[in-house]
Parts: sequence; C-alpha cells; structure tokens
Amino acid sequence: MIDWQPLLLTLKLASVSTAVLLIVAIPLAWWLAYSKKRIKPVIETLVSMPLVLPPTVLGFYLLVAFSPNNSFGAWLEDVLGVQLLFSFDGLVVASVIYSLPFMVHPIQSGLSNLPSSLRDAAYVMGKSPFTTLLKVLLPNIKPALLTGIVLTFAHTVGEFGVVLMIGGNMPGKTKVASIAIYDEVEALDYGAANVYSLILFAVTFTILLAVYLVNGGYLKRFWQ
Amino acid sequence: MIELDFEKTLSGASGDLLLKVNQQITKGEFVTLYGKSGAGKTSLLRILAGLMQPDKGLIKVNGSTWLNSANGVNLKPQKRKVGFVFQDYALFPNMTVNENLLFAAGNGKDKGLIRDLIDIVEMGELQHRKPVTLSGGQKQRVALARALVQRPEILMLDEPLSALDHEMRLKLQHYILQVHREYHLTTILISHDVSEILKTSDTMLVLDHGKIIQKGIPAEVFSHKEVSGKFQFVGEIIKVEKQDVIYILSILIGHELVKVVADEQEVTKYAIGERVIVASKAFNPIIKKLYQ
Repeated sequence: MIDWQPLLLTLKLASVSTAVLLIVAIPLAWWLAYSKKRIKPVIETLVSMPLVLPPTVLGFYLLVAFSPNNSFGAWLEDVLGVQLLFSFDGLVVASVIYSLPFMVHPIQSGLSNLPSSLRDAAYVMGKSPFTTLLKVLLPNIKPALLTGIVLTFAHTVGEFGVVLMIGGNMPGKTKVASIAIYDEVEALDYGAANVYSLILFAVTFTILLAVYLVNGGYLKRFWQ
Repeated sequence: MIELDFEKTLSGASGDLLLKVNQQITKGEFVTLYGKSGAGKTSLLRILAGLMQPDKGLIKVNGSTWLNSANGVNLKPQKRKVGFVFQDYALFPNMTVNENLLFAAGNGKDKGLIRDLIDIVEMGELQHRKPVTLSGGQKQRVALARALVQRPEILMLDEPLSALDHEMRLKLQHYILQVHREYHLTTILISHDVSEILKTSDTMLVLDHGKIIQKGIPAEVFSHKEVSGKFQFVGEIIKVEKQDVIYILSILIGHELVKVVADEQEVTKYAIGERVIVASKAFNPIIKKLYQ
C-alpha cells in the first residue's frame, strides 16, 4: 500500500495556492487590462517570467531570499515569525509566484475582451471601479476565471523543481506527490512510482477535460 | 444651461484631429450632433460624460462646474448626472432587464420610477429576460430606460438607432421624445438620419473635423445646405393609395404630410417606408428670338 500523504499534501498545496492566487491575480489582471501606465510592460514581463524561467532558477533565488542568513529571510523570521524555508508556507509562496501567469493571463484577456462600454456604462451610473469589477466585469468572464483556476491548480500539482529547491523532501511538510515519485524511482520502487504517476495523470486529465467541456458548452448541449 | 469650452487632440486613423468646442446648450433642449464619422461627435459626448479627458477646458452644467482645467476641478463620471445610451447598448449580460435597471438605480431604488420606465418602453413582459435573448430594438429600449433610472440632468444618445430597421426607428424616436418631455431632460443625440433630426431636435450642431461649423434649427440648417435654389425636400413614403387611374403617395416631410400624384409606372418604383426626394422644378422663363 502506498503512502497517501504526498498526494494529500499536493492537493492541499494546489488548493491553497489557487485560492491565494485568485485574490492576488484579480486586481493585478484588472490593472494590466486597463492601465496605460508606462511601467506596464515591465510588470507584464515580470508576471510572465515563470513561463520561460527554469523552475530551478526561481527556486534558487527564493532559497537565497528566504534564508535566515539574509536580511529578508531574517526579517521574515524576526518580525513576522514565519519560516519559509523547508516549510509548507514557503511552498505556497513559491507556487503563487510560479503559477502567477497561469491565473493572471486568462483573467487579463477575459477583461480586455469585454466591450469597454460595459465599464463606461457602470461608471456613468455612479458605480465605483470595485463595484464594477465585482458586479459587472467578473460575472461576465466566468469561463476565463474557471480557466485560470484550473490551470493554476493543475500547474501547481505538477510542480517539481521549485519545491525541490526550497522545500526539500520532508514527509508531511514538503514531500508532495511529484517529489514522492522521484523518491520512489531513486529507491527503485517502480510500482509505487507508477501508482503516484497514474493518479496524478488521471487527476490532471479529468480537471482539464472538465474545463474544456464546460467552456466549450458541450455539457450544456448534452443536457438540453 | 450647459457651457462647453474645451480642446482635445484626438488621434485617429487619418492622423491627429483637434476637437475644439465652445458652445452653450440651453436646459431642456433637444440637440443633435450631426457630422461625418470621425468628426469628433462621440468624443464630445464622452468628454461631457467624463469618460474622456480633454487637454484643457471648462465644462459647467446648470451652474456647477464639472471640469475646469485651470484649477484642477474634474468630476469623475460617477459624479456627473448623465444618462448615456451607448451605440452597442452596453447592457450587462449577467443581469436580466429588471436587474439592469435595479443595478443602475443604486441604493436609493425608486421602484415606482423603474416600473414607469419599463412601462414607457413597453418591456413589462420581457423584464425577467437576459439581454442576450432580446432583439436589437428591445435592447435599445432597455438601454434607454436604464439611462433614465438615475434621473440624469443630461441624456446622451450615441447613434442609438443606427442598427435598427425603419419601423423600429420610428417607434424609438417616439419613446425618446416622450421621455425627453416627460422627464424634462436636456438631450444630446448623435444622428445621421435627416428625418430623425427634423422630427426630434430643437437645435442641431454640425461638427466637421473637430469644429462646430453650423448651429441652428434643423429645418433651416438642412435647407441652407441645398443652395441650388430648387424646391426640394427629403421625405418618407407613408402610404400609397389608388384613386381612379392615378395613385396618391403620402409622404412625410419633417412634421408635415404631403400628398403627391403619381402614375402606375412610377408607383412600382417606390416602397412604403422608402426615403425619397420631393422636388419641384422651377418654371424658368424661356427666351426666344421673334424672327429667325
């Protein structure tokens, strides 16, 4: 029988990261979709960096930054009392950065594809930008939100390099499923590695299929 | 009284254009902005609504300053009391007709007013439908009602009827005039349709390359345009009747109904609702030599 803990940890990490990212990404995507500031291309590039950067590079710099030997890491530990290195919290912070483009991009393009008159109409009605976002814009980009949520979740499930760099391999704390697979292969237990792999494969396939079914309107057509 | 005095450089497909407006619009007036596309009509409305910022200028509405670039006053669109009907209607797809109006009404929901407005535009039966299920004319009526829910001082209509068929246009012109009178609005309409302007407007402003080149009563502005000296009007065929061997065409010219005689061959060329020119050739004196 395999150890279920790494799988549960993966699900927990993916859920928490997705929830945090949703809160972080919506204002960011809103700003990127509508701002005309000159600094926008720089911010856009930074958000997209995790797409092309090797996870180990990101992991390495996070490792350096979170280290208590450095001023930022020391400040985190002394002032906020959090230890981000080799801890679950650290993994969440890393995943949020690592999966940022997967949440921001769908929401940003969803917002910029909405007719600008919707926003104008709400403003003329006296609605604040926040109310407009909450009541008018977000309800009309539900497919984009769903895509963002699912891609982020699936991407976090598949995370390996960053986790290895800053989380290590601590059972129950940082040993997620992808690390467990690596671990089992190193121990030459191909059976266990296969079970973890199959489960991850099935889970990600199901999630992505669900998105395509919902966003493509297949389910609606099927039910009607 | 609306006082407009501003400048804005617009960059369009055909290069930069300086929109320079210095105008006064009387309270309660129905004003049409007329002009080619790209002349700056929509930008003028957007600047008045606060959706676009002019480079410099002053906007005063009924005594209160909405914009004064000299001392930095610039009311947000949220604070300007305007109703705006967008060209694409801009109904919120996630809300029903009724919810669109309720959302526009905000906190001080005036249920009576919402009910009245839905009645005026005859959307009572469809009020629980989502916009996607409505026809163009129905969406337009909802957009009109929604723009009035907040009791705006100024109603702005950006070519609201351009996408509708003739019959629906006539009906909506009627609704617009009705709400204009009933709610004592100052209304600014963008329109290209001559008969629509003649029917609705007290004043028209002709905008060309960012400047207002003409202002006046529509009938006068349009008749001055035709300086050929001919007796000529644009009208719409309302009715075709047969009387013995001839036909009588009833044509609506401005507010007047005119009857014109036509023969059978001519009648087949025209359909009801078609826009035609009604002209009478002048009786020119003819000069001839007495002796060859």
